[in-house]
Amino acid sequence: MDFLRRLFGGAGTSSAKEAKERLRLVLIHDRTDISPQLLENLRVEMIAVLTKYMDIDESKIEMDLDHDDRAVALVANIPVLRIKRGAALDDDSDAANGSNSSGPMEDKTSPRADSRHNLKSKRRR
Amino acid sequence: MGARVIVITSGKGGVGKTTSTANIAVALAKAGKRVVAVDTDIGLRNLDMVMGLESRVVYNFIDVIEKNCRLNQALVRDKRVENLHLLPAAQTRTKDAVSPAQMAELCEQLRPDFDFVLLDCPAGIEGGFKNAAAGADEALIVTTPEVPAVRDADRIIGMLESMGKSPIRLIINRFRPVMVQNNEMLSQEDILDILAIKLIGIVPEDDSVIKSANRGEPLTFTHNSPAALAYTNIAARILGENVPLLHLDSYRSQGFLASLKKIFGF
Repeated sequence: MDFLRRLFGGAGTSSAKEAKERLRLVLIHDRTDISPQLLENLRVEMIAVLTKYMDIDESKIEMDLDHDDRAVALVANIPVLRIKRGAALDDDSDAANGSNSSGPMEDKTSPRADSRHNLKSKRRR
Repeated sequence: MGARVIVITSGKGGVGKTTSTANIAVALAKAGKRVVAVDTDIGLRNLDMVMGLESRVVYNFIDVIEKNCRLNQALVRDKRVENLHLLPAAQTRTKDAVSPAQMAELCEQLRPDFDFVLLDCPAGIEGGFKNAAAGADEALIVTTPEVPAVRDADRIIGMLESMGKSPIRLIINRFRPVMVQNNEMLSQEDILDILAIKLIGIVPEDDSVIKSANRGEPLTFTHNSPAALAYTNIAARILGENVPLLHLDSYRSQGFLASLKKIFGF
């Protein structure tokens, strides 16, 4: 098989290409210092907070880190089924605690990722 | 004024930090610069052996920090070339024997007497790395064209950037042009695209590197091998000279036999 691939000039993916693609993917997570576990914890806590205010369709939540040249953004798509009336006033203090928990992590993420992306865009010019 | 302090680091072990440090130190000294190579790998010192100076080590840099000796007493002078010194690590201590602040202070002590202080960094991202990086202005990252080495290099680059080191430049070591040509090894373009830093040199895979370490004679002393040439060029680029990259194509086997080899894989 390997012999045939060499004979016909590299049909299929070369191992170098595979190496580059795998590195590219793993470094997205390395650079933001966010593990899939951390992202999952964030998701669970966010749902807990949101459900105090509204009914959401948990099965259709999409959440991930979005990268462009300069910054990293946490992008979430959360379908709302129904807003709960009056719930917000009762649970105000709890809700504040809940949203705080994602604050420090965001601070930790941005500077490192930012500087790396800045550098990359500089290189391109 | 004083010396430029450069840390040679990689994250991953075994990619050629010590070899690079020794060869660049010798090449800079041969270019007439006053150079000290500092082995910061406490407990696992090796730079003395690679440089062939192990039999002349008396004191180490921890003795200097703890004031058991004067700085001059700990410096081992290399007799084969003018103005080259080694400052050895302690072999029987651990990384936490010194703090980053003490290492930075040591670098300041060395600065007035030299043009270059080269810090050979231990593998890893913990205390040993932080000690070595503390006193450095600039960094040379050593990587090989392999997935684990490139990933670790990225991590180290991020840490050095946040410490404000500049410039941070890349040495690609153990490069195999034939494998790259066959798309079976990351190319220099691939690696630079991923790491997004400046390249300072590519060192081809070269058997003479192992032979030179066997003898304790860094290649850049006399040798004319591809790796020796690559390291001499890296030293010249550190000195600001505009030296083109080695034409690695010339080490590729060419012609009909080579294409047969490629097809049949022998």
